[in-house]
Amino acid sequence: MSRAIRGRIFSPDTTDRAASLLLWASAAATVLILMSIIGTIVYRGIGVIDISFLLDAPRLSGAEGGIFPAIIGTLCLVAVAILTAGPIGVGAAVYLTEYAPDNAVTRIITFGVECLAGIPSIVIGLFGYAFLVVYLGFGFSILSGGVALMFMILPWTVRASEEAIKTVSGGLKEGSLALGATKWQTIRQVVLPNALPGITTGVILGIGKAIGETAVIMYTAGSSLLLPESIFEPVRALPYHLYILASEGISDEMAYGSAAVLLGMVLLINFTAVAIQRYYQTRSGLRH
Amino acid sequence: MGTKDIEIESRNLNLWYGDAQALKDISIPIQKNMVTALIGPSGCGKSTFIRCINRMNDLIKGCRITGKVLFEGRDVYENDMDVVILRKRIGMVFQKPNPFPMSIYDNIAYGPRIHGTQTKRELDKVVEDSLKAAALWDEVGGILDKPALDLSGGQQQRLCIARTLAVKPDVILFDEPCSALDPISTARIEDLISELKRDYTIIIVTHNMQQAARVSDHTAFFLLGEMIEFGETKQIFESPVVESTENYITGRFG
Repeated sequence: MSRAIRGRIFSPDTTDRAASLLLWASAAATVLILMSIIGTIVYRGIGVIDISFLLDAPRLSGAEGGIFPAIIGTLCLVAVAILTAGPIGVGAAVYLTEYAPDNAVTRIITFGVECLAGIPSIVIGLFGYAFLVVYLGFGFSILSGGVALMFMILPWTVRASEEAIKTVSGGLKEGSLALGATKWQTIRQVVLPNALPGITTGVILGIGKAIGETAVIMYTAGSSLLLPESIFEPVRALPYHLYILASEGISDEMAYGSAAVLLGMVLLINFTAVAIQRYYQTRSGLRH
Repeated sequence: MGTKDIEIESRNLNLWYGDAQALKDISIPIQKNMVTALIGPSGCGKSTFIRCINRMNDLIKGCRITGKVLFEGRDVYENDMDVVILRKRIGMVFQKPNPFPMSIYDNIAYGPRIHGTQTKRELDKVVEDSLKAAALWDEVGGILDKPALDLSGGQQQRLCIARTLAVKPDVILFDEPCSALDPISTARIEDLISELKRDYTIIIVTHNMQQAARVSDHTAFFLLGEMIEFGETKQIFESPVVESTENYITGRFG
């Protein structure tokens, strides 16, 4: 290749325009993909969605009727996952950011958190089956499924909480300590309240991950279509219901309907996360 | 100057951040109910020095100290020194106003609450007294439940002073309290400092030499981690003994 060609095939002006176009196309493709997914699901699923679809029990394995038990099942599983992942995640994050000395042990813990985030969900499902369902004897139940989901979302909860805690300004902490507050008083009354919007957002986004998870709960939560009466009873989560409807050829229509409901729940959760964050920021005067 | 009523005294204080020595053999007596100003160019160690007094440097990793800082005759670096009580008695106002993102009332009540004042009546009184002492009551007395971050920068800094007064300290450390403020807010804070010295011992770090000349009784000039000259403010500004002090004050460097 000659030097002249290697140096300059197109004018800088042309490459600049080409770059803008390529970047725009990437952004457009992203939006297009999202729109196609939502569009297809809603278009094919909207026909079956009505009040009775949301509030009735399924009949004929889900070929007819509604998906109410699966919605309840999902909500129960997610509730257990959040109520366990929240406190443990925030606690670990506070320790890692405020207490842990900068040494090998801390780095191993941090690395461990990252590894936990990388474990494929089916592996967590299998572990949950062996440990929770069989060894601890929880059986196929809301408890087993919820705790297995907690294993999965815990690293995200820790990371989001860590990030939120780190953004609390050093000036605020110093202000509190300089008034004679102890470390714990400072953390509880200044650091955590100010990190709360970020932590809440992290936890809610964790819900978003947990709600759509199938591999983790199929070996732990069971697939019962009856309404549960306690956390020791099995449930079928919405994504698993959708999987069964589609893979066993029970009803495509019902599968798309379930998918649309699931998508709606995820969107609702994300909007809630944003709304909560804004509410806190407005209340504390950080935003008008 | 006399040696009576010395409230704080550093003796041969040295401080290192890792391998870098930030303070070299600093010995200064700070007199009760006086304003002592610390001046000097950026990075000369004046802020580091006042952060030794309430042990805020404890938070910095790799910070090592030798020598003594006596507060009422007792070394604050003694093993059994209660840092919580020390910081309650030696308050600090920072360079950048740092009110908590909560209401004006809760900002002031924060200190008294953590130190055990709980009843509404007592807290109301502390809030009112502190805001009056910080010359802020007239402006915010009617909007105590508003977020503190809605206030202007100057008001926020006076709020931080009020918050410090609310825990009833004996000493207040000001770390360049006006460097983020406009001239009018600065003048109000300076007036306030002159008022406060009747009841408190004050140490102020400042970049602004006119400010040091206006508000302080004693001045210490720092350069490259060393205390070059210390004396009555009038003497330091009118007839400095050391040449580098004179060069700094007359604006030949810094």
